[in-house]
This record gives sequence, C-alpha cells and structure tokens, in this order.
Amino acid sequence: MAVDTSTPAVAPKEVGRPRRSVLHRPEWGAFAGALIVWGIFAVIAGHRGFLTGLGTVNYLQVAAELGIVVVPVCLLMIAGEFDLSVGATVAASGVIVAYLVVNEKWDVGPAVAVAFGVALLIGLFNGLVTVRLGVPSFIVTLASHFMILGALVAYTTVLTGTTFIEGFPQNPAGNAGRGIIGHALTGFVGTVPASVFWWIGLTLVGTWILGKTAFGNWIYAAGGNPGAARNMGVPIGRVKILLFISTAFAATLLGVLQLLENGSGNVTNGVGLEFEAIAATVIGGTLLTGGYGSAIGAALGTFVFGVVSEGIFFTGINSNWFQAILGVMLLGAVLVNQVIRQQLNRARNAR
Amino acid sequence: MRDSRETGTGVPLLEASDLSKDFAGVHALRHVSVSVGAGEVLCLLGDNGAGKSTLIKLLSGVFTPSSGKISVRGEGVRFTSPRSALDAGIATVYQDLAMVPMMPLVRNFFLGREPVKGRGIFRRIDWAAAAEIAEKELSRVTVSMRDPFQPVETLSGGERQSVAIARAVYFGASVLILDEPTSALGVREAGHVLRHIVNARAQGLGVIFISHNVAHAWLVGDRFAVLKRGTCVGTYTRDEVTREELQTLMAGGADIDELGRELEDLRRG
Repeated sequence: MAVDTSTPAVAPKEVGRPRRSVLHRPEWGAFAGALIVWGIFAVIAGHRGFLTGLGTVNYLQVAAELGIVVVPVCLLMIAGEFDLSVGATVAASGVIVAYLVVNEKWDVGPAVAVAFGVALLIGLFNGLVTVRLGVPSFIVTLASHFMILGALVAYTTVLTGTTFIEGFPQNPAGNAGRGIIGHALTGFVGTVPASVFWWIGLTLVGTWILGKTAFGNWIYAAGGNPGAARNMGVPIGRVKILLFISTAFAATLLGVLQLLENGSGNVTNGVGLEFEAIAATVIGGTLLTGGYGSAIGAALGTFVFGVVSEGIFFTGINSNWFQAILGVMLLGAVLVNQVIRQQLNRARNAR
Repeated sequence: MRDSRETGTGVPLLEASDLSKDFAGVHALRHVSVSVGAGEVLCLLGDNGAGKSTLIKLLSGVFTPSSGKISVRGEGVRFTSPRSALDAGIATVYQDLAMVPMMPLVRNFFLGREPVKGRGIFRRIDWAAAAEIAEKELSRVTVSMRDPFQPVETLSGGERQSVAIARAVYFGASVLILDEPTSALGVREAGHVLRHIVNARAQGLGVIFISHNVAHAWLVGDRFAVLKRGTCVGTYTRDEVTREELQTLMAGGADIDELGRELEDLRRG
C-alpha cells in the first residue's frame, strides 16, 4: 500500500486540548477588516488628527453607543430573529425619562425604572408575538417600531405640546454630576467616556454567554436548525423572548445615556439605529439568516462603523458620503465572509 | 402470531396500544398498536401518507394522541414534549432534524444536555470534559472527524445520522426511533447507518426503524409492521413473511397490479 509519508494520515491528537484554529472563528474576517479600515484612515487622515487621543475618543464613543445595542442584536440575529424596534425604543426611553423628570419632577432613578418597565413590555410583546403567533420578527418589530413612535409622538404632543423635552436638570459639574446613574452612564475615566466601558463590558458578557453557557448553545441551535433544537428539548421560544427583552433593555440603556449626555429627550432620537445595528453585526461576520456569528465580531463591526463615521471628518472628504461608504463596506464584508466560510468548509472536507 | 418481543423481562420497552390521532376531523392514524422490546429492531413500513410520521411524532412526544395508550416498560405514560419522551429514554433521530449543521460536533452532541460546572452566573459548559467525551464517542462512528470543534456540515449525511445515533446511545436511550435514516443516502452511506442500527440492537436497545425501503428494512429488521392509510395492516416476524410479500403489502398489491396493467397498455401504445 502506498503511503504518503510527507504528512501523517491522522494528525496527532492532544487529548482534552482541542485544537481550534483562529480561522475557525467567525470574527477573524471582521478583525482583518477593522485593521484594514483603521489603517486606511490612519494613512490618509493620520496627520489631520485622526490618530490623536481626541480623535480616537471621538470614534470610540460613536462606536460604543451603537455597540451597546449591537451586542443583544447580534445574539438575537444568531438565534434567527431581528429587532427593528430598537431605534424607537431608544427614543421612547429618552422621552419617558425626560418627561417624568422635567414635567412631573420625578427623581431620575424611578423614571429610569419606568423606562425599563416599558422596555420589558416591548420586549415581551415582540417575543411573544414572534414565538407564539409565528409572525416573522422582521414584521413584528417593524410594526412595533411604528406603534412605539406613533404613540410616543401622540402622547408627548398631548402632554407637553411639543415632541422635544428640554431642560433636563443640568449640574454645574457637567454631565457626570447627576447622581450614581449619571456617573455610571456619562462619567469619564481619564478622557475615556463611560459608554466605552459599557460597550466592552457588554461585548464580554455576550461572548461569555455564546461561548461558555448552555444558553449560548441554545442561541446557536435556535438559529441554525430550530427543528433539531426543539427535538433535543431546547426551549427556543424562551430563548428568543429573553433575547427580545435584552435588545429592548439595551436600547433603553442607550436612550437614558443619550438623554443624560444631551440634556434633552427627542422623539427622533435613535432614528436609523436599528439598521446601523444590523449593519455592524453583519460586518462583524454574523449570518443574517442566523446560526453563526460572534459578539466580538459584532463589536469589531461596530468599531469599523465608528471609525468610518467619525474618521471621514478627518479626511477632508465631505462627510455626507458616510452612508454611501457604509453601504459599500456592508456589501463587501458580506461577500468576503461568504467566501471565507466556503473556503473553510472546502478545506475541511478536502483534508 | 409469534411474539418475539418477549425478550428480557418479557415486557416491551415501548408499546403503543390502539393509538389514534385526528387533525381537525381528519383521521391521520386509526387504532394502531405496535411494540418494541430490548434487543429488537421493529421496522415501520409504509408509503408516503401512510401515517408513519404521525405515529413516530406520537411516540416521541411531538403530538399527543387523540385516543389510545403509550407505555414505557409496561407503565402508561403521557408525553407532553419531545423532552419528556427523551427523559423516558425514547430518543428520536429525524432525517433532517438530527443536527445543527453550522454548529461544531461537540456543541451538537451535548445540545440540550450541556455538562456544566461552576455556580450562579459563573455556571458554564465544561468544554474540556465535553470535547473529551465527544472525541471518544464519535471517533468510533465517524471517519472524517478530526476535531470535535469542527462543524457538523463537514460530515457526510450518513455520518450525521451515525453521530445522532451515538449521541442517543451515550445519553442512555433505551428505545431509538429512526425516521427514514437511510432514504437520502447512497448504498455505502446507508450501510454505515445500518451497521449502527445492528450495534444498537446488540447493546440491548429497542430500535424502531421507519422506512419505505423494504431492502434496507429487511437487512436489519426482526419484525415488520406495515402501515397503510393510517391503519396497521399487519405485524409480521421475519419468518412469517418474505421480502417480496412485504413489498406487495406496502405498495398495496391490487394497486400495483393495476398500475402494472395500465403502464403495459401505455407501452404498447
């Protein structure tokens, strides 16, 4: 029998220490992409301030605020569902807290608690209608997006005569001066805003859930083959409902954060955020159809979003081009990820 | 009719008596009784629409019967979900629903029964132990496994079925229900799966093998139940029936004769 001696027929196995190539991970394409995009901006805009501390904080803050919502949106997409109501939920939470504090003279704490209560209802509604009635989440959450925004505009106009609530109590000490919640959401460590730490923290939590917990295993299975998951006794309905609640909670966290930053609540806050979150998730290597992806990849996709949206200011290019560039990158990233996945599987089969 | 299920304790592992299932007034299954004992392969044969999948969905807890009784080791049970059937030792392997293709082997192997360590929010899957077990259990049934973390989509269809069978056996199933495990496979691949069926039988499991391929069923079956239009037209042991008789029973003797005459006429023009 002819034996090829150049390579061992069976690779030696290290028992208990599974070999996991970096290439097996969904985020490596996103990592390369992030590096390339950052590199391009460093070269063309480096001398105009892109590389300074201020420039860096600038794009990190933009990425961080989106990134807070991207983490649960990514987990939900892996589970096979969308949430198009996160933008509306950001607006709703900001306006609710602003109204209660400014017009009704509530304390910030209870007002925030009410906003999270509303988020819980939104998440439960999206989740229950999707899971129990079998309506595609794209439609359910698009419907709730309109319902939330419509109700928000109507109520706010009736109650205050305007859709813009100003006069959130300012503190001479600045943004960070509004109690524990203010410090936690809008404080700084050195020059780095708190939102960056929330973003990193939530990304780590998402990574832990997906990689280490049984719940994470169920998320992948729910999106990868719901029938098989159900047969193995995975409660995919419960998994999805919890994820819809988490996207609504993250949107509320961002809504409150932006309210504290800007000092005003506006029904147009968060417009388009739902699509930006999906774009960042997909740029990060998560499959739109579910079953595959990672939170770190999504964070890298968000990083790219931040670098492009803020970096363009430093390049001297008219920043109105931002959305066009984002569109090109989204398409490019999807194509690259598709090729990578195909090549990987072909390589595995060929061995 | 000789009863070959009287193996071991004499009580069948899984028994369905007089099962019926209606869907909005349509009788999908009427008064069907089947049973399987330890170390026995029962083949459920039938054409499309004969009620095979309704029957296995009743036995695996996906549907609840409209009437009739299901017993496990002689005790009446009422499955409310696939999970409750699984917990009673009834594992079902579906053709397309056995595995999550994009997920790594080890994640699939432990899906729904992840080995965890740690407490509270630090409760996590013990991946080292899981990988070791998966590697040990699966290296025997798959040829192309190099890494327990490789996605299932890199395995062939036959290997996926074999992995699902190995998983069921590992988690202590006493009855394996296999839904058309060989239908979509080539001869060699099917042989692979049939070998695992015989192995499971030798380990004392009861196997219910659903198929419309009499040739495959004949290779592994101890008893054969033929379903037609929602009813069971007969249960036979191996020495009570021939392969050709089964084929005729399944297709419906008279029907196939008539089809033969019709086609003959067409051929002659």
